[in-house]
Amino acid sequence: MTKPENEWTWKEIPVGNVILEPGNASQYRTGDWKSLKPVLKKELCIHCGLCYIFCPDMAYNLDSEGYFIADLFYCKGCGICAKECPTGAITMVMEEEGK
Amino acid sequence: MGKRIGMEVSIAAAEAVKQANVDVISAYPITPQTHIVEHLSELVANGEMDAEFFCVESEHSALSVCVGSQATGARSFTCTSAQGLALLSEITFIASGLRLPIVMILANRTLSAPLSIWNDHSDAMMVRDCGWIQFFTENGQEVYDHVFISYRVAEDRQVLFPVIINMDGFILSHVIEPLEMIDQEKIDQFLPPYEPLHRLHPDQPITMGAFALPAIFAETKKAQEVALQSSLPRILEVWKAFGDMTGRYYHPIETYRTEDAETLLVTMGCFGETASVAVDQMRAEGRSVGLVKIRLWRPFPFDDFKKAVQGAKNLVVIDRAVSPGGPKGPVGSEVRSALFGEPVHPAVYDFVAGISGRDVAPSDFVKMVGKAEIEIEEGNKEGYELYGVRE
Repeated sequence: MTKPENEWTWKEIPVGNVILEPGNASQYRTGDWKSLKPVLKKELCIHCGLCYIFCPDMAYNLDSEGYFIADLFYCKGCGICAKECPTGAITMVMEEEGK
Repeated sequence: MGKRIGMEVSIAAAEAVKQANVDVISAYPITPQTHIVEHLSELVANGEMDAEFFCVESEHSALSVCVGSQATGARSFTCTSAQGLALLSEITFIASGLRLPIVMILANRTLSAPLSIWNDHSDAMMVRDCGWIQFFTENGQEVYDHVFISYRVAEDRQVLFPVIINMDGFILSHVIEPLEMIDQEKIDQFLPPYEPLHRLHPDQPITMGAFALPAIFAETKKAQEVALQSSLPRILEVWKAFGDMTGRYYHPIETYRTEDAETLLVTMGCFGETASVAVDQMRAEGRSVGLVKIRLWRPFPFDDFKKAVQGAKNLVVIDRAVSPGGPKGPVGSEVRSALFGEPVHPAVYDFVAGISGRDVAPSDFVKMVGKAEIEIEEGNKEGYELYGVRE
């Protein structure tokens, strides 16, 4: 979508709510669902990539230093990465406290 | 002119679907719609009709297949009755929300329980608010004609809504009537090939049926509602074009001998023909009675209706479905809503008659008019009765 959903007027919506631009689900901010966010202690990370594999939202990306970092635009805060991390490098913290 | 022949109305409906060059038929047989599906199945199996016939396992799948095929740009058809409609009702809202111009014939039948295969409008009233254009037909010719009319209306880029053609089960569906068939050449001119606005195609991927958050849902419903209301002038244009081609002109509200009538019967569906016989009898006796028939149920033609009943003293609405716990019969309720804002309006007396196919003869219409006139005269201006019930 060319603009956020809450800016569309009823006259602008395509007939039948058809989505004419493929791939625009990437613009959907699922990150605002969460109350907890993952925080990585890099000194414990062994780069195994289990967080990346298990993340149900494919929110993890590999950065240039070889760490898997959660994209908070998409991360729903489910905590699966923290649960699966074999070294305990990921902890879930309250979004507000973690600032 | 096309040739005039005698034909069972269900067979004529199926022949019309063939003549309309439908690409996909997906339906599940249920009484009293069965003959339509059976005949279409034969036409496809015999190679007389170039279409895909889907033998589905339920009505829910029948309409779901139509949604899918219509989304790819194939002209699609289904038909059902009562319990079948109940099972596919979920998909009716999806078809209209996706703005897919599917046409469905509904051979009106009573909803269970008690189990009944006979005719009334309880099934049609169940899907009153499903967002489809909804016609009620009075005879076989109207059913046949409205298959072409419906596709042309539905596929109009300014419309793009699915259409229900209501035909009374058995009373219409299983009766042999004189019909004038239209030459294929004329049909092809009247109904050009379907050109979808959007369709599912690998060369240009789009998404249909995505979910909408509350932030956009109300806007989509407003767009849908305005579009359905705006379909009325397009329907009138199509009826005019059809009339110019065949000499048969249709209107959202039909009137019969309403000139200076004090009392007007209001009917929907095949009640109209019987009621017109009753009106002739009453007129012959010097009584001031006319008939108003509602052909277009959705979008409801409020202005045409108000115009048709202007000046009348009494309206006698004959409903064919009960609205349990509601404001009397569903058509009566609509009629009273239409007139509520009018400074002067007729009294509205509402009968529910002929449910589950019980016969309603011309003499019954005469009795109902007589009773309503007396009761209104005595001050009961908003009467309601389930007609003919043994006390």
